[in-house]
Amino acid sequence: MPRNSNPSRSANGSPASGNQAPAPAANFDQMGFRQGHGPLLGGPGKVRSKNTAGTLRRIGSYLALQRQSLITVVLSTVITSGLALLGPYMIGKMVDNYVVPRHYDGFMRMGMLLLGVYLLGAIFTWIQQYSASSLSQNTVRDMRRDIMKHYQRLPVPFFDQKTHGELMSRATNDIANVSNTLNQTVVQLISGVLMLVGSIVMMFVLSGWMTLITILTVPLIAFITKRITKYTRHYFSQQQRHLGEVNSFVQEMISGLKVVKVFGREATSTEQFRDINEKLRAVSIKAQSLSGSMGPMMNTMRNITFVIIAVCGGLFAYHDLITIGVIVSFLNYSTQFSQPINQLANQYNLFQSAVAGAERVFEVLELEPEMYDDREEWLNRSLPIRGEVVFDRVTFGYKPDVPVLKQLSLEASPGQMIALVGPTGAGKTTVINLLTRFYEIGSGQIRIDGRDIQQFSKQELRQQIGLVLQDAYVFSGTIRENIRYGRLDATDQEVEAAARHANADTFIRRLPKGYDTDLSADGSNLSQGQKQLLTIARAVLANPAILILDEATSSVDTRTELHIQEAMKSLMKGRTSFVIAHRLSTIREADSILVVNGGEIIEQGSHEELLQLNGFYAGLVHNQWAAQEQTG
Amino acid sequence: MWELRAYIKPYWKFVLLGPLFMLGEVFFDLLQPRLAAHIVNFGVVERDFSVIEKTGILMAVVALLSLITGVGCNLFASRASQNFGADIREALFKKVQTFSFDNVDQLKSGSLITRMTSDVVQVQNLLQIALQGLVRAPSLLIGSVVMALLMNMRLGLILLGTLVALSLVLVVLIRFSSKLFAAVQTRLDAVNTRIQENVAGIRVIKAFVRSGYETKRFEAVNRDYTDISIQAARFIALNAPIVTFIMNGCLVAILLYGGQDLVTQGSVQVGELVAFINYVIQVLSSLLMVSGLLMNVSQANVSAKRIHEVLETKSKIEDAPSSKVEHEKATAMLPVQQVKLSGVAFSYNGSAAAGDLVLQDINLEARRGETIAIIGATGSGKSSLVQLIPRLYDVTSGSIQIDGRDIRDLPLTKLRRSIGMMLQESFLFTGTIGDNIAFGKPDASQADIEAAARIAQAHDFIEKLPDGYETQLGQKGVNISGGQKQRLSIARALLIKPPILIMDDSASALDLGTERKLREALTAIMKDTVTFIIAQRITSVAGAHRIVVLDAGRIAGSGTHEELLAACEVYQDIYRSQFGKEEVMAHAQKQQPISFS
Repeated sequence: MPRNSNPSRSANGSPASGNQAPAPAANFDQMGFRQGHGPLLGGPGKVRSKNTAGTLRRIGSYLALQRQSLITVVLSTVITSGLALLGPYMIGKMVDNYVVPRHYDGFMRMGMLLLGVYLLGAIFTWIQQYSASSLSQNTVRDMRRDIMKHYQRLPVPFFDQKTHGELMSRATNDIANVSNTLNQTVVQLISGVLMLVGSIVMMFVLSGWMTLITILTVPLIAFITKRITKYTRHYFSQQQRHLGEVNSFVQEMISGLKVVKVFGREATSTEQFRDINEKLRAVSIKAQSLSGSMGPMMNTMRNITFVIIAVCGGLFAYHDLITIGVIVSFLNYSTQFSQPINQLANQYNLFQSAVAGAERVFEVLELEPEMYDDREEWLNRSLPIRGEVVFDRVTFGYKPDVPVLKQLSLEASPGQMIALVGPTGAGKTTVINLLTRFYEIGSGQIRIDGRDIQQFSKQELRQQIGLVLQDAYVFSGTIRENIRYGRLDATDQEVEAAARHANADTFIRRLPKGYDTDLSADGSNLSQGQKQLLTIARAVLANPAILILDEATSSVDTRTELHIQEAMKSLMKGRTSFVIAHRLSTIREADSILVVNGGEIIEQGSHEELLQLNGFYAGLVHNQWAAQEQTG
Repeated sequence: MWELRAYIKPYWKFVLLGPLFMLGEVFFDLLQPRLAAHIVNFGVVERDFSVIEKTGILMAVVALLSLITGVGCNLFASRASQNFGADIREALFKKVQTFSFDNVDQLKSGSLITRMTSDVVQVQNLLQIALQGLVRAPSLLIGSVVMALLMNMRLGLILLGTLVALSLVLVVLIRFSSKLFAAVQTRLDAVNTRIQENVAGIRVIKAFVRSGYETKRFEAVNRDYTDISIQAARFIALNAPIVTFIMNGCLVAILLYGGQDLVTQGSVQVGELVAFINYVIQVLSSLLMVSGLLMNVSQANVSAKRIHEVLETKSKIEDAPSSKVEHEKATAMLPVQQVKLSGVAFSYNGSAAAGDLVLQDINLEARRGETIAIIGATGSGKSSLVQLIPRLYDVTSGSIQIDGRDIRDLPLTKLRRSIGMMLQESFLFTGTIGDNIAFGKPDASQADIEAAARIAQAHDFIEKLPDGYETQLGQKGVNISGGQKQRLSIARALLIKPPILIMDDSASALDLGTERKLREALTAIMKDTVTFIIAQRITSVAGAHRIVVLDAGRIAGSGTHEELLAACEVYQDIYRSQFGKEEVMAHAQKQQPISFS
């Protein structure tokens, strides 16, 4: 990391200013993660924001919520900077007025006064840091809360288009970036400017000529800083890019490690890794060498200023133009004003990347949310719906010009089990996506109990539907918690009853901790089939009027599935269920089988009826056996 | 950090030279106040112009030397730290490549990734910091005290006393803060977990209308995290004011005592007082720096431990002893005639206790050209069984032999390259579709790739994509469907034309028609291979030469479809579950409804 690489000079040399305390937030920042997405998201300092003013205004509106802390931070920064400027002045005066003339009346009082100034300085530094931490942490807490709330409200298509990593990093890295900046940069920018201007003013008060000579070094410092930053930025963006490559390679090779092993490609992938790692090594040595030189350079600048002040001060004092005390003060001020220039340059980069991060956060917040109707009367209205579902000439496409469903009509009466079969890509899952209003239909109408589903709020609608997906998602937490997700107020007995219905009870009880077994984030300690059983139990517990099983038992063996179906039969009495499956065993029991192909329903009827029809479905059934005749 | 010393060793020259140069820089920096004092004492007070001139030139030279040593230190430190980091990264990667599935399951892939990325960056930064800052700060500190003591014993003692008091304060602060930081990390993990699950599980959340619930849950962890970070930050906020105030107090004491008592006694000159003040300032700045750096050190130490843990992990699957495989080329495939499992038992934790065993008493033999199907309930051990063949896990007892040789005596790479395995979860890499199919054999021709894709029933859909085989797959291949992914991973396994083929329920996302076509296309290939198929559908297994029915880790029956249908209860059950009672009856009456050749 550029800014951590040379902390040896990052501490401020002036006695009274405590602005340089290690910022705790820097420690929370997961550097590697941020870098890991270097090429995708841009490393710090590399990405410039597009609309800085607008973004700053929005950050401002968050800061305004913490008005008290903000005002405290600004005021205490001004006060500490003032006090920090006063210190060297007083020391100089003490040397001139008391020590040099050896006249000690009031020396002690002056000393106590100086101590008082330092004490105040310490107190205000503490106040400043104390408030800055609340300010930054509370602000990013609000931002994090808002982005998560917003994620909840964004429609499913949004999540289908983005990778998880991308969505994650907005809520984590980008926000961490903002937090760091608020914590240190804001304070340092304010105090840096104040110290720079203040030091110069104070020096002018002491000696105009000396000041002019001293600040001659400023353009030099600025010039060198700019030159070096220009080069370092180049190498750093290269370094970021290579580091990003290394990290994403690592990420992929670890995720796919099983495949690598199965194919015995370890040596090859190590070779590939070595290649990109060597590139990174070469470029990062360059980047580090260059950026690390910034420290010694700045140190030298400070030394040069020191020398100039000592020599010129000596000369001036020799000619009685200034006093020794002025030299003392100047030597102190010189450290105070060369530091901020260096800092401001660094902080500016940090600041830029934080603004870019904030912008990415706000981008998400600006996306149009799903229409949720939170009207009380809808939420509280209990809907004893019967579960009659009608698709009336529904047309839909994920892309407007590529229709997936064409004028599709279907009807399910309450209590019926409807099976959807057909080849991959026929539009089966799309039917489900529309019924749950994950996606909105293009034309036509979907009705439940005769009412257009557009007239339900999405919440109300989804509360009536129990959805079990092929990709069984389990949350971290216990098995019990995972099932209870279906109905939060369910008792333990109800949870277990649901598990029995889903045929999950037996295997759960066989686990050492039973229902209290903790599932790691990806539930890796359960097999795919067991996870599916859990998600079915979850849906059973929710007790919905309409149940949808989208390939929900594809990894469950057929006997277990049969047991589930039997249990479901009693459960689903008077409710409607939709089942999508490839397995005949799953669908043969359905009241009505809809054969979907090319976005249309081409056949409809019971298993027997369809067999007699001798069409597409009969073909599917027949084909299974035909294949066997050949292979067997 | 000590654990990783072996990786620093190759760069010991840099590690030595860096700090040495830094000491030089510190020495030159420490000379400056002394020289300035000289100017004040002899140039200004004693009114000697030539002293100002000469000392000025000397100061400029010293500044230049300080620059040279400083830059030199940085060059060495950068070389040491960046090489160190790169070496560790490579070592980690190599190590992980040797890991067994067991190791990966244990360390969790997410954690492995962080260890190989951000943890490495942490330790690399630490080395850089250590060689520069951690050397600079203490030596500046010690140097300042020494200089001060040399100039004036009594003033120096004030400085020394203050430093002792200060270090006590710092130790207490750091001890408390490291506890707080640990708590902060844990709660941050909680926040990240919630974010991750909210993103990944969004459909479930929406389907169950749990946004309100999730928002509340998130707010709780978010608040917890914020509270503890504010607490930690406020605690850290004490650091700077306390350190600065104590040092400034010391400054005032030196000024008062030195300025009045010592100056009147004549033991201290004004110039020295000025130099002293500057030393105190330097000490202060290096102190603030050290306390900041120590935070980094404790964090990097955690990272170093995590890295070390990976490097120390022994792979549970060890390659065959070289004595047994010396004369063999690891790249060639085995000419497999027969695969035999005898008395195999297996448990994931290696214990032979009955409760832990996932597989027991497995005896099985398969010859070239034969297809063995494995069927059984969820959790009956089907996947575990086939994973033993390429030694993804090792048997707990019993043995697996290929052509009479225990697979543990075969070179691991050779064994695995001889097996085409399709895992249940189809993972694809970033790259083109063509690259993915050719993963196991990067030098395959386009014709070979297409042939494999044709058999896997993937060619048609690939051709329909705008870029065909050149289509780029994103992370985790997001832009194609589950069934398509499965077909690509089937093609990937077929391309290497392995003598052993294992399909672990790898066609579960395919529709009936496609699966049938796949099975037809595979027939030709299976004539020359030993094939193991795991499936749920009777129709998928009925054509196999032998069907093995697994029940709770044991073989409940083995034989052809007809044999099992006649004799094996579990198999009959499975059959019934798929075809209904009437049909079993019907089939029984008609004797043989379907002809098996």
